[in-house]
Amino acid sequence: MQAIVSIKNLSKVYDSGHRALNDINLDIAEGEILALLGPNGAGKTTLISIICGIVSASSGSVTVNGFDNVTDYRCSRELIGLVPQELTLNAFDTVMNGIRFSRGLFGRKKDDAYLERLLKELSLLDKKNAELRELSGGMKRRVLIAKALSHEPRILFLDEPTAGVDVELRKDMWNIVRRLRDSGVTIILTTHYIEEAEEIADRIGVISKGELLLVEDKQALMHELGKKQLIIELKEAVSHLPSSLADYDLALSGEGRKLIYTYDTTGDSTGITALLQAIHNEGLTLKDLQTTQSSLEDIFVDLVRINPSPPEQQKVLA
Amino acid sequence: MNFQAIKVIFQYEMLRTWETMFQSVASPVLSTSLYFIVFGSAIGSRIQSIEGVSYGMFIVPGLTMLTLLTQSIANASFGIFFPKFSGSIYEIHSAPISFFEILVGYVGAAATKSLIIGFIILLTASFFVDLNIAHPVWMMTFLILTCVSFSLFGFIIGLWADDFEKLQIIPLLVITPLVFLGGSFYSVSMLPPFWQTVTMFNPVVYLISGFRWSFFEVSDVSVGVSLSVILVFLATCIAVVGWMFKTGYRIKQ
Repeated sequence: MQAIVSIKNLSKVYDSGHRALNDINLDIAEGEILALLGPNGAGKTTLISIICGIVSASSGSVTVNGFDNVTDYRCSRELIGLVPQELTLNAFDTVMNGIRFSRGLFGRKKDDAYLERLLKELSLLDKKNAELRELSGGMKRRVLIAKALSHEPRILFLDEPTAGVDVELRKDMWNIVRRLRDSGVTIILTTHYIEEAEEIADRIGVISKGELLLVEDKQALMHELGKKQLIIELKEAVSHLPSSLADYDLALSGEGRKLIYTYDTTGDSTGITALLQAIHNEGLTLKDLQTTQSSLEDIFVDLVRINPSPPEQQKVLA
Repeated sequence: MNFQAIKVIFQYEMLRTWETMFQSVASPVLSTSLYFIVFGSAIGSRIQSIEGVSYGMFIVPGLTMLTLLTQSIANASFGIFFPKFSGSIYEIHSAPISFFEILVGYVGAAATKSLIIGFIILLTASFFVDLNIAHPVWMMTFLILTCVSFSLFGFIIGLWADDFEKLQIIPLLVITPLVFLGGSFYSVSMLPPFWQTVTMFNPVVYLISGFRWSFFEVSDVSVGVSLSVILVFLATCIAVVGWMFKTGYRIKQ
C-alpha cells in the first residue's frame, strides 16, 4: 500500500492531563476513503487536528507524502484540505471572498475560473456573492468544503461532515465525497454515524478512548467480524428449549414461537443442517426461516463494549 | 516565504476596513473634529499659547496620537480575535504559513489602516488650524513607528483575549487614561513638580512629545529619548509576540 499519510506512535496529552490519543499508528493509502469511527470524545478530531497542524502532538510523528508535518509543514499542509466539524465561518463574508482567501492562504494565485467551477460542482455558484449569514446550514457546510478544496488539495479531511444535517443533504454529501474520490482525492472522514461509514468508506478505523482499536477494509471487517443469525419460526410455541438442542447457540423468543440461532460465517461448518435435523427429530414443525447479518453498527458496538468508554461516552452512544 | 498568504490576509483585513468605512474612518474624523471645536476653538481661544504655539495647534499631535494608539490597538486586536471567536482561525493554523507571515499580514494591515486614519486626522486638523510641520521625515518616522508598535501590542491583546471584555479592557482602562494624562492637551511643564515626575513614568508622554517636536520643535523631553522609548516598546512587543509564537501560548493546544 502506497501511504500518503503515515502516522507513527502518535500520542496527545492535553495540559489538563487528558490523554486524547495513545500511541496511534496508521497508514492511509492514496485515493482511498477512510472512515474513522468512534463515539464523542474518542480522539477523532484531535487526530485530524494534529495531522493538519492545528494541535501539537505530545509524541510521535506524522508524514504527509513523505513530508514531516512539523519540520516540513509547508510541504505537508499544501497537500491537505480540512472541513471542520463546526460551521466556523465569518458570517459577514461573501462566499467568493471567503474561498479566495482560503486559496491565497495556501500560497495559490487567484484563479476565479477554478473557484467558480468548484462552486458549480457544489451547487453554490448562484450564491457566490451572498453573505454567509444568508445561507442555510447545509449550504454553509458546502462552503466549508469549497474552502477546503479551494487550493486543490490531494487529501481532504472531513470532520463529522454530516453532523446535524438532514437525510437528503447527507446523501448529497456522500455523492460529493464519492465524486472527489473519483477525481483522485484521498478522503479521511470522521463520523459517529455507522451508516455513513458503511455507505461510503473503503476502510474503517475504530477509535475509542484515544486508542485505534482496528483499521480494516470495510468488506473484510464485516466478513471477519460479522455474525449471522438464523431465525426459525415454529408453527406451535414451546415453553422451553428441548434438551437435545442445548448444544446449539440457540435463544428462545417471540413467546416460544421463535428460535434464534447465531453462527459464524467464517467457520468450516455453520451447523445449520445438523440443527434443522435435530429440530425435525424433536418433532417441531417449522413455519418460516429467515437469516440476518450483523451490521457495522453491531460490530462497532461490540468493539467499543470490549474497550468500554467513560460513562458520558456510553451515554452518547446510547 | 508565502507572500500570497501575506497578501490575502492584508487584503482581507483592508477590505473589512472599507466595508466598515463609517466606523473605521468617519468615526475618528468626527471625534477629532469635535475635540477641535470644543478644546481648540471654544476653550482654546481662552488659553494662552504654549511655548509660542497656539493651543489649537498644540493639541494636534496629541489628538492624532490619541486616535492612532486606540485605532492601532483596536484594528490589530480585533483582526486576530475575530477568527478566534468565530472559529475560522483553523484556516490560518492549517495553512502553509509561518507565524511571522501571519504577523506581517495582520499587523501590516492594522498599521496601514491607522496610518491612513492618522493622515485623515491631520487633514481634518488643517481645516481648523494653520498646520506647519517642521520635520516631515521625523513626523512620518514617529507616525509609522507608533502605528506598527501599537498594532503589534493590539495583536498581542487579540491573541491573549478569550472574550470581548478582555479585548476591550486594556484599550479602555489603560491606553485611554495614559493618552489623556500623557500631555495630549497640555504641556507637562504646566503640571506641579510632583505630577511632572509622576507623568514621566507614562510612556505615552514620550510618544506625544517626540511627535509634537516634529511639528513645532517644542517638546517635554528630548527627541532622542522619545525615539528610544518607542523603539524599546517596539522591541518589547516583538519579543512578546516571538515568545507567544514559540511557546504557542494562547495560539496552539
